[in-house]
Amino acid sequence: MNALLGQIGLLSARLLAQGSDRGWMPKQRSTIAPEVDAIFDFILVVSVFFFLLIVGAALYFIIRYHRREGDPMPGGVTHNMPLELLWSGIPVVLVCIMFWWGFKVFVDMRTPPDNAYEISVRAQQWSWEFWYPNGISYDELHVPANQPVKLVMTSEDVLHSFYVPEFRVKMDVIPGRYTTTWFEALYDDEGSNEYPLICAEYCGTDHSSMITKVVVHTDDGFVDWLANADPLAAIPEELWPEYEKDPDKFIKDHPEIKGLKTPALMGQKLYKRKGCSQCHSIDGTRVTGPSFLGIYGKQEEMEDGTTVTVDANYIEESILNPNAKVVKTYPRGQMNSYQGRITDREIAMLIEYIKSLGQK
Amino acid sequence: MSTVDASDASGGVQAAAATDTSNYLTASRGIASWMFTRDHKRIGIMYLVGILTAFFLAGIFALLVRTELLTAGRTIMDADTYNKFFTFHGVIMVFLVIIPGVPAALGNFVLPIMLGAKDVAFPRINLLSFYLWCGGAIFLLCSLVMGGLDTGWTFYAPYSTISKEPIYGVIPALLAVFVVGFSSIFTGLNFVVTIHKLRRPEMGWFDMPLFVFGIYATGIIQILATPVIGITGLLLIIERVAKIGIFTASMGGDPVLFQHFFWFYSHPAVYIMILPAMGVMSEIISVFSHKHIFGYKFIAFSSLAIALLGFLVWGHHLFVAGQSGLVSMIFSALTFAVAIPSAIKVFNWLATMYKGSITLETPMIYALSFIWIFGIGGLTGLFLGTLAVDVPLHDTYFVVAHFHYVMAGTIFVFIGGLFYWWPKMTGKMYKELWGRLGALIFFVGYNMTFFTQFIIGLKGMPRRYYDYEKLIDVIPGIAGLHMFSSIGSYVMAVGLLMTGFCLLQSLFRGRKAPDNPWGGASLEWRTTSPPPLENFNEEPHVGDPYDFSDLEWDKEIGGYVSTGIRKPATGH
Ligand code: HEM
Ligand SMILES: [Cu+2]
Ligand SMILES: [Cu+2]
Repeated sequence: MNALLGQIGLLSARLLAQGSDRGWMPKQRSTIAPEVDAIFDFILVVSVFFFLLIVGAALYFIIRYHRREGDPMPGGVTHNMPLELLWSGIPVVLVCIMFWWGFKVFVDMRTPPDNAYEISVRAQQWSWEFWYPNGISYDELHVPANQPVKLVMTSEDVLHSFYVPEFRVKMDVIPGRYTTTWFEALYDDEGSNEYPLICAEYCGTDHSSMITKVVVHTDDGFVDWLANADPLAAIPEELWPEYEKDPDKFIKDHPEIKGLKTPALMGQKLYKRKGCSQCHSIDGTRVTGPSFLGIYGKQEEMEDGTTVTVDANYIEESILNPNAKVVKTYPRGQMNSYQGRITDREIAMLIEYIKSLGQK
Repeated sequence: MSTVDASDASGGVQAAAATDTSNYLTASRGIASWMFTRDHKRIGIMYLVGILTAFFLAGIFALLVRTELLTAGRTIMDADTYNKFFTFHGVIMVFLVIIPGVPAALGNFVLPIMLGAKDVAFPRINLLSFYLWCGGAIFLLCSLVMGGLDTGWTFYAPYSTISKEPIYGVIPALLAVFVVGFSSIFTGLNFVVTIHKLRRPEMGWFDMPLFVFGIYATGIIQILATPVIGITGLLLIIERVAKIGIFTASMGGDPVLFQHFFWFYSHPAVYIMILPAMGVMSEIISVFSHKHIFGYKFIAFSSLAIALLGFLVWGHHLFVAGQSGLVSMIFSALTFAVAIPSAIKVFNWLATMYKGSITLETPMIYALSFIWIFGIGGLTGLFLGTLAVDVPLHDTYFVVAHFHYVMAGTIFVFIGGLFYWWPKMTGKMYKELWGRLGALIFFVGYNMTFFTQFIIGLKGMPRRYYDYEKLIDVIPGIAGLHMFSSIGSYVMAVGLLMTGFCLLQSLFRGRKAPDNPWGGASLEWRTTSPPPLENFNEEPHVGDPYDFSDLEWDKEIGGYVSTGIRKPATGH
């Protein structure tokens, strides 16, 4: 109970103390945000005015014209054309302004500049994947500041919606079509430059955890990040066998490949980055899909009654063609194929990771 | 004020109270006399009981949903259960409560009386409508039992067509919508024909109470829009069962098409909810101001304008759904066009109160609450109709707050109307104190719950979120706001329970109602409370429904009586 009261007490303080641009709304961190908010403010002023007018009048009338016993039935005017025209006309003018202003800014929000940097987005229940021009994919959206970024988005399964409150952008992500949106992020010298990226269209069980982040970099910072984002991709083809044979030695010999770790650890990262973690636990709890704990080498009973040993081949098949064999008691069709979205190297790393979680 | 002296006071009019068959409640007895009745009043009462039961159930779901959101993380249920609960809350509230609410329950009861008719045009179809409503309710229960439904009340494809959970629940739920749809179509048709054909001959169009205009406009929407949702539901069922691609991308269909079909009905459906409520508002505001309604024709035509324009704005739900920019622009413009007739109504109500002679009985408290609530609901609609501003707000709690202020604001009028016509329906007076107190607590809780959600939405929290744990660090204050909103919903529940008890208590202990407790001038106040089987004991005398000049307060009776001198009907 005390905690509860404390919460409420803190609330007003927090609301006021949020020292950002406009405490009660997310910070304005894209070029379009202030423009959207300007229209918002205009409508707010108009609304507050009319609300006070209406409620004020109603309150005044119930006090001023309160009926006392024996009062005669009031007569008075029952219609007045000029008055009707006046109070229809003023709102017409005001809503015309709202409409036109909102439309103009909306056109800007919908039209990406030609020089925009393009990133493609794939959404699936319940994770995001961002593909950069150099072919690497990541589960967070990293963007350069002060440069238009265009997103070309599609969904692997149901509807999702790309939403970054600080940028004032939102666009549905639809299976079977490509939708686009764009923004130009601002760099904040004081802030963290990380903002939540949220799924705004209901998409099932874990809709509310389909949240990742946008990270805004300076130009150099972005180039740097992109170069190091995927250590696996940075290993030249001819050196790959060497890494696989003795990862520890390889890592020591090649300090220029930043962030490279042993296969199991790389797999651990991919487990999160590729969205596996949304449906497979690593502690044995049953969520949407089977847990990975101690699964390697285990005999699993399938839907059709056959048994399968969980080995490298089976794991690869489950990633590329998840509905070929479905474990008994789990729903069919829940997992999307990763065909075309995952490299052989990444699959190998994931297998190592799953092995490392204990085997039979 | 005991029952005894009150019935004494109403004089010899209804002398033989115990054994008489003078009113529709006592005209016949036994369960069968209700189940097979063709009396519009009894059908209205049966609707009322059904709708209030559904409202109670949906309210329980709402409280459970709000309790889950009381704290971050899991509070009382898991994500799948939460998703089912908000879905059932939404589906029941929309399809079983608020769409039939005012027209089928209150409208059924008073509409024919207001017109001076004995019944509706097709009494048997009227009864059939009611049983279709029951059928829909049963299908929904099936859906609940057969694994539930977690698509949200919008049934968006492809979640509703391919995902695992709703495999069993989605089909009975869509059948429910289909069947309830027919109930709604029949009601609309029945009322439209009744208004055309069964008005008393001397009653012209502009001699009708504005509630009748509201119902008429609603009827048009019910007839024209409802078939679309029925067919859309059937298409979805066919798609699920036969695996034919209509809305599902992986089978070659188009998910956005579903959204167009869905909103082609569901936006006009918002007006099915609000127009009859606005009609009730016009009655209550005028009667409790004891003053002729201001701008009768503007209010009447604005109902028709809303009904027609309401068909042309569905695309404002699709501004960020991949609809073309040009189309969005047209929908935005039309959306603003509907705002105007709504504003006109509000101003005319205020002008009615100006220099009136205002009393604040419970129905008026609800009507005034509606001005506040609909004011907020309508004005926040301006934000959502504005293209650029809708982009960040769409599908957030801002929208949840907005549509609750509009749709569930209708609930205020529904309850207000219930109090207004309660004495007529039941022949009993409720206790003013409890009625008013319930209304005030409901009103306070309502604003606590939903005003908070505007702020939560502005801060960027999407709707249909089971959990906000992940947002606590990025959206400051969100936990406190949610807790406050949930507490508001408990306050609201207390208010509604008090209101329910107030009405129930009146059934058993209420003072006998006079024929005209508020001083209304329309025909339902010119017959007995409760009315006789065929509504009038003598030929009703049609006059201006807002001319109160012949009414006088009679202390003995505790109600108004007519002195007999009235302005005659205009007849056109
Ligand atoms: C009695 C008080 C009410 C409370 C406390 C309440 C609360 C809620 C809550 C918490 C949600 C879920 C929001 C979300 O997760 O996005 C919701 C959704 C909804 N409510 Fe209510 N509500 C109430 C009354 C009503 C009424 C009277 C209506 C009638 C029209 C209504 C219609 C809806 C609809 C259509 C939804 C959307 C469901 C969906 O997302 O599928 N509610 N309500
Ligand atoms: Cu989602
Ligand atoms: Cu709409």
